[in-house]
Amino acid sequence: MKAFWAFIKKEYYHIIRDPRSLLILIGMPIVQVILFGFAITNEIVDAKISILDKSKDQLTQEISNKILSTKYFLLSEYLESAKQIEGSFRKGKIKLALVFEENFAEKFNRKERPSIQIITDATDPNTAATLTNYINKILLDYQNEISISTIAPKGIEVITRMEYNPQLKGVYLFVPGTIVIILMLISAMMTSISIAREKEKGTMEVLLVSPLKPFMIIAGKVIPYIALSLINAFTILLLGVFVFGLPIRGDYFLLLFEITLFIITSLSLGIFISTLVKTQQEALLISLMGLMLPTIILSGFIYPIESMPRILQYISHVIPAKWFLIMIRNIMIKGVEISYILKETLILLGMTLVLMVLSVKKFKIRLE
Amino acid sequence: MIVEQNPIRDKIMAEKTNDSKYVVSVKDLTKKFGSFTAVNKISFDVTKGEIFGFLGANGAGKTTAIKMLIGLSKPSSGTAIVAGYDVIKNPEKVKYKIGYMSQKFSLYDDLKVFENIRLYAGIYGIPSKEIKSKINNLIEELGMEDMRNKLVGDLPLGWKQKLAFAVAMVHDPPIVFLDEPTSGVDPITRRQFWEMIYKASEKGITVFITTHYLDEAEYCTRASIMVDGVIEALDTPTKLKENLGVKSMQEVFVKLARG
Repeated sequence: MKAFWAFIKKEYYHIIRDPRSLLILIGMPIVQVILFGFAITNEIVDAKISILDKSKDQLTQEISNKILSTKYFLLSEYLESAKQIEGSFRKGKIKLALVFEENFAEKFNRKERPSIQIITDATDPNTAATLTNYINKILLDYQNEISISTIAPKGIEVITRMEYNPQLKGVYLFVPGTIVIILMLISAMMTSISIAREKEKGTMEVLLVSPLKPFMIIAGKVIPYIALSLINAFTILLLGVFVFGLPIRGDYFLLLFEITLFIITSLSLGIFISTLVKTQQEALLISLMGLMLPTIILSGFIYPIESMPRILQYISHVIPAKWFLIMIRNIMIKGVEISYILKETLILLGMTLVLMVLSVKKFKIRLE
Repeated sequence: MIVEQNPIRDKIMAEKTNDSKYVVSVKDLTKKFGSFTAVNKISFDVTKGEIFGFLGANGAGKTTAIKMLIGLSKPSSGTAIVAGYDVIKNPEKVKYKIGYMSQKFSLYDDLKVFENIRLYAGIYGIPSKEIKSKINNLIEELGMEDMRNKLVGDLPLGWKQKLAFAVAMVHDPPIVFLDEPTSGVDPITRRQFWEMIYKASEKGITVFITTHYLDEAEYCTRASIMVDGVIEALDTPTKLKENLGVKSMQEVFVKLARG
């Protein structure tokens, strides 16, 4: 046990004496949360729009005011003719143009259904769709407002409610996502590099000749990173809660349990990678290309898995981060209990087990 | 609190190694990788306090052989008794009894001189109280008092090499294995290093050394020359030269290795 303790102490020195990795370990989580927090957001604020009002009556004025009074839109200018629309878009001045047809109020009063044309800049389809949705929502609200005072509309009324995240806030998406990336980075990448370093420098050989058992060597290398990973997960959660107003609706212990489970999964991935490589560079490359990229793209962190081609959806099944993301979102945002995420928990447990068995086998072959 | 006792180590260190005068006793040791035989039925004994040179061209099988002796590789057949224990049956016990220094020196560059010593002392289960005096003694013996708190990465190669050698013997093993310990070091440093080897040998520590430098083979008590997985010759340097009628180990080597 004493030998083991001496070994952990050494690992601690490795971490604190390498300013570069220390910066990655401590600074990265904070920088990432803040970056993702402010950069990746589905909310669009202050989008510039132009209005071409061919009718210029009280009703169109009211609707325009209604739209411009929200935080989503800012008026760029009132246009005089349809020819100007193209120009405004080309200059990149506006994201959206609104066109009211002639005799708008008159038609409305005669119940002729006057129309409003929404023209968006679809070079960025996501933004265009979001803005269109905003306008539709505002128009619908307005219509309901005035129809109560006039006559009840016939037909089907659709009531939409965005459950759990009514304001469609981006934090709900990126805080769990950032935790995933940071834990992957520290647990998998840093451990694989640090084990590869022992191999590269020849110290691994000496350790293997020593009475330390291979299992102890690996455990000793991994334990400091478990601690670091937990600290980082905490930091991100705190930032999420206090800076970005993210709720944690579920059980804290369940959350801690799942985070620890994912850390161990990532560590076994890191150990497995380290058994495949001989140098730190190889470890870094495999971790980045083989782990980080698929994790970011295929875990559902940024791009929804449901909208991916079938084949990518299948591939996403083998990515541990995908399952962890499902769990952590469910716990934090929906507040579910373990029984709802049992499947995901078991999948992660299984992956961890397989990786560990593979690593031990690989490690032994090396010794033969 | 950390328990200071290490029953395994205490027991192993207390156990009297059998009275055999041999520290290493190898018989028909073989290692096969698939159909390729890297080491083919080698047999030899190393006497206590000897400086045993283990020579051979690259690919002759000496690294494989040494790996089997220190427990990094499992022999395919044959036996090897190292420091009183069978490497196949009792590899864990052997580990407490041997020191090992690889050609990469295997120190941690980002640890200080005394921290490196402390780490390996800890790994070999030396009690905390002894570790302190051990560090002081070692540093004094090496004459590294003013470098005690320096990072090993900042030391010149020669000092690193000396420190690595001392660290390999931090647990007072009866035998130390040196795998090309002098590669990449200048002649003066190499000379100083050999002085350390002699000192260790005078203290009764057996030194098992592989080297590329054939002038170094002259300093060994006995030297073996491995060719294609077998030991082609084994004797004192003087006898080896006499038998082949040549003047230097260099010539001995060339004659044997060329066949």
